[in-house]
Parts: sequence; structure tokens; C-alpha cells
Amino acid sequence: MTEQTRGYREGARAVAPLAIAVGAFGISFGVLARAAGMGVLAPILMSMTTFAGSAQFAAVSVLGAGGAAATAVIAALLLNARYLPLGITIAPWLEGGVWSRLLHAHLMVDESWAVAAEGEGRWNPRVLLAAGAGIWIAWVAGTAIGVASGDLIGDPAAFGMDAAFPALFLALLAPMLRGGKVHAFPGVRFAGHRPIQAAVLGAAIALALTPFTPEGIPIVAASLACLLGLIPQRRREVDT
Amino acid sequence: MTSLGWVLLLTALGTIALKGAGPVLLHGRALPQRLDGVVALAGPALLGALVSVNTFTDGQDLVVDERAIGLAAAAVAIRFHAPALAVVVIAAVVTAGARALVG
Repeated sequence: MTEQTRGYREGARAVAPLAIAVGAFGISFGVLARAAGMGVLAPILMSMTTFAGSAQFAAVSVLGAGGAAATAVIAALLLNARYLPLGITIAPWLEGGVWSRLLHAHLMVDESWAVAAEGEGRWNPRVLLAAGAGIWIAWVAGTAIGVASGDLIGDPAAFGMDAAFPALFLALLAPMLRGGKVHAFPGVRFAGHRPIQAAVLGAAIALALTPFTPEGIPIVAASLACLLGLIPQRRREVDT
Repeated sequence: MTSLGWVLLLTALGTIALKGAGPVLLHGRALPQRLDGVVALAGPALLGALVSVNTFTDGQDLVVDERAIGLAAAAVAIRFHAPALAVVVIAAVVTAGARALVG
């Protein structure tokens, strides 16, 4: 994964294992949204335009419980606030004009962002686009099935599908921790223990804040762990 | 417009604003090289958070449930360089199995 050799095909392939899980959660979103009184068209429209699972579940659960529209919007946007730092990471790797950039941004969800990561702060826009499109299709199709035909498969959690997501994220995190070289400053290289520190600190920040902040904030705050990169690295343990 | 219409519109616009702010506003601008080390750690930091939040939280509660067993199985599979597809399937199957056992 050193050269930018992966393309659309690799992106679609990388995300295929998750499309089933995403589709299953799309179905349960459709079922929930219909039960919350959103009708048939609105949930599908929301999946097409908002395209962010946890935020949509949050908005629908607020509406279903009789909450105000403003509360639903705020809950959804707090959960999506993590896309601000995610968007900044992919920004330098996008080419093309504003609409192309917005399309890439729209198709950026946790999963497509994660499979498009090449390590060392690089992201592959073709992988992002293909993976994002695959997840978008699965999510929208699942939503449509859910609102149209009701609960076909039951709770995706019964099939362990909720565990598929952290497993994928861990699988994509692992190569970043396996001692890849990181260029912190021009001319200075250090071995891969910085990424491990950042991953552990990010996880710790997110868990520590979870009980005390609205959902969505912990992951945004965890992105601050990358500020570790500002600390000059002392070359005490050289293993190259 | 109905209040449901407003929710759809504002959620969609707000989300694309959050997703698109970086890609559009940083258009054609390279980040200062001083920040290379910071950007390189954004992936690990955010992925670490995504792993922990998707495994050990339920809403605002910290929990250790069957997902933790599934994640442990995934970690073993990753250790032995299993492909991502196998890792994801193993995590789901182990988690489902643990849930079935617990009832």
C-alpha cells in the first residue's frame, strides 16, 4: 500500500464484506423510520441525502419519541461532527472542482474513509469513491426494503453484524501500527510507535468522554490525539 | 414545509457541510509541512476511537458485551494476517454465537 495503485475496483472489493451488514442496518432503519411515522418516501430520501447511519437512527428515534424537529436535527448533526476532521484528512488527496469534491465528501462515511486510508496520512480518492458508492447503494436499498416490506431479517445484532464494524476498523488500523515509517518533520523519521500512542489515546479519549458528552462528541474529541504529532520526537529508540 | 421536511433538509445540508468543509475550503491548498506528523496520526487516532466506541459503548453508557468477544476474535485473526473479509465474518459469527449462548 505504498504506491497509489489501488483503484475503483479495489475500493469496491474492499468494502464488499461490509455491504451486507450496511444493507441489514439499512433495513432496520427503514423499519424504524416507518414505525416512527415517517412514511415511505422520507426515510429513503434521508438515506440518499444524509447518508450517515448513526445520525439517521438518532434523528428517527427523537422523532419517534415525539421530540421536536430541532432536537432531531441537532442530535443528527452532533453525531456527524466527526466528519469535519475526517473531511480534512481526505481534502489534500482530492482532485477536481467543487462538485467532484462534494461528491467525494458525500460518499465519505466511516467505512469508505477507513478503507481508503493508505497509511502515513495518505488517502486514495478512487477507493473512497467506489467504496462509498457501494455502501450508499447498500444503505439506500436496505432502507427501501425496510420501509416497503417490513422486518425481513429481524435484529441485525442477532447475527453479530454490529460487531462487523469495529472489526473492520481494527483490521484497517492494524497495518498503520505495524511499524510503518512516519515522516514527522522533513528529514526526521521515526518508527511506528507514535501511531500506536495516537490510536490508544484516541480510544481512551472517546471512552472517557462517552458518559459525559452528547453522542458524537467523543469521536470528534478523539481526533485531537493526532496533536501528538506536534511533539518533537526524541530519537532514543532507533530501530532502523 | 412540514416539520419532517425541515428535518430532512437541515440534516442533509448540515451533514454535507460537515463532510464537505475540509474538501472544499482546503481546495488546492496543501497543509503546512509542519502538520505532516499531525495528519499522519489522524488515521490511527480516529480509527482507535471508532473501534472503541463501536465496541464498548451503547448510547452514553460504557458497556462490555458480546461485541468485545467478537473484537477479540477479530484481533486474533488480524494477528494471523487474515484478510479483511475473514476478520469481519469471524467477528460477526463469534458475536452472534456468544449472544446465542447468553440467550
